[in-house]
Amino acid sequence: MQFFIQLSLDGLTIGSVYALVALGYTLIYGVLKLLNFAHGDVFMVGSFIGYGVLQALGGASDPVVPVWLLLVLVTLAAMVGCAVLGVVIERFAYRPLRNAPRIAPLISALGVSFFLSNSMQLEFGAQQFNYASYNLSGGALYFHGFDLDHVHIPLLRIITIGSAFALMVVLWFLVNRTRTGKAMRATSFDREAAAMLGIDIDRVIVFTFILGSALAGAAGVMFALRVPTFAAVGFTTGLKGFTAAVIGGIGSIPGAMVGGILLGCAESYTAGYWTTAWSDLVVFSILIAFMIFRPQGLFGRVDIRKV
Amino acid sequence: MSANGAPPLLELNAVDTYYGQIHILQALSIRIAAGELVCLLGGNASGKSTTLKTILGIVQPRNGTVSIEGEDVTKRPTSYRIARGLAIVPENRRLFAPMTVLENLEMGAYLRGGGSKEDFDRVYELFPRVYERRTQLAGTLSGGEQQMVAMGRALMSRPRLLLMDEPSMGLAPILVERNFEIIKQVHESGVAILVVEQNANVSLSIADRGYVLSTGRLVLEGKAAELRENDDLRKAYLGH
Repeated sequence: MQFFIQLSLDGLTIGSVYALVALGYTLIYGVLKLLNFAHGDVFMVGSFIGYGVLQALGGASDPVVPVWLLLVLVTLAAMVGCAVLGVVIERFAYRPLRNAPRIAPLISALGVSFFLSNSMQLEFGAQQFNYASYNLSGGALYFHGFDLDHVHIPLLRIITIGSAFALMVVLWFLVNRTRTGKAMRATSFDREAAAMLGIDIDRVIVFTFILGSALAGAAGVMFALRVPTFAAVGFTTGLKGFTAAVIGGIGSIPGAMVGGILLGCAESYTAGYWTTAWSDLVVFSILIAFMIFRPQGLFGRVDIRKV
Repeated sequence: MSANGAPPLLELNAVDTYYGQIHILQALSIRIAAGELVCLLGGNASGKSTTLKTILGIVQPRNGTVSIEGEDVTKRPTSYRIARGLAIVPENRRLFAPMTVLENLEMGAYLRGGGSKEDFDRVYELFPRVYERRTQLAGTLSGGEQQMVAMGRALMSRPRLLLMDEPSMGLAPILVERNFEIIKQVHESGVAILVVEQNANVSLSIADRGYVLSTGRLVLEGKAAELRENDDLRKAYLGH
């Protein structure tokens, strides 16, 4: 039981990171019908921005600001930086191809992905960058926390999971309660009908990239608080975020959340009860199984369209 | 120019629209005065929907101009034209199925900040049924109810010219009749209407004037009463 709780906690932590990445995939797919394969690399850049800001503020062991403010600043910087990056990518890599065949922006996305990971590697090298989060407040974020059935749940985990869910609530609010969010849902469902009502599709798309990329930035920091980051991390994590989005049903926001958590738990249980060597294999087998047996995902709708 | 010298509410002047290499609209000229009810008739692939898309700026004409009250809006985006008083009820309604009726109406008033209480009340007064269904998802409504929501959504932007794309399409005859009653009612409240239809009979029965389109060209135009007497049109559309 203790082992199960431990694994579930792990699954929930990494799952909430996947969920945030999956949300970006799903949002952007919704409005553009584009699989933004550069999304994982935006996530990677977020983790690097977080690292840079962390070091600039004195590092984990000796920060110049209180630790709570440090975490907030690091996360905010990554979110803002990624939002800007997302807007730039959309403007220069996708918008010129808006009316091109669908394969063109997909290839452009792959190009952006390689561009980002290789330029980061060129600039900062291939080594790992460790946030050294165990040094935050002299390790207090690990020692403190609470115990559940003799399993220690560190404060940092609670903060990570809590802020991931807080971000999802904020997203839910933006998408369901604001005018631009509603316009985004309308555009996702029927772009031409939305345009016929005077909704500025370009603005909606930019808004979507800001939201999705900011979430990826936050996810990058949450990921790197747990394990070190490196320039190539975006590829696998992006692929897992994509898998989570497919499991949930690409285009579905609750689907991305559920898919992320499910994927994180599947990975964690495989690693714990079986072997870590197989956890990626299991994850991507799930992707293939969904592609074959339930391509619309858990929450997706089957498209029936008049031709 | 209309009788008092004011420019028409909407004017298409010698418009040519292409899809790629295919010449769809050929030197099309139509005009609609404020408060008029005009129908644009034509069969499948006659260019009716392209005409509407050209009016709204979803597609750009290669030649010719689109003007609203004498102002050339040919290069202006859709949002500008909507703000200038156009609105459309699209073919097959095109509601946002996974959104509530209320949200669909809000999207109709997107450019006006989501609509005021008066805007909603006006729609609810016209369609009490829409009020009853306001919290339901649009995709769960019946065809007739969806038509009301689509109409309400268009009216939320307080249009001066309402474009109706095939309002009788896919509806039972009794609903078609009801629908045209509503169109008449909206028209009587002072809104000009352009009805684009295959169903010539019912459109001509309520319209002031009509245009007949065939493979992207205007083949006939005139007062509705005259068109109903026209032999060619009767043979082609009215079936008697």
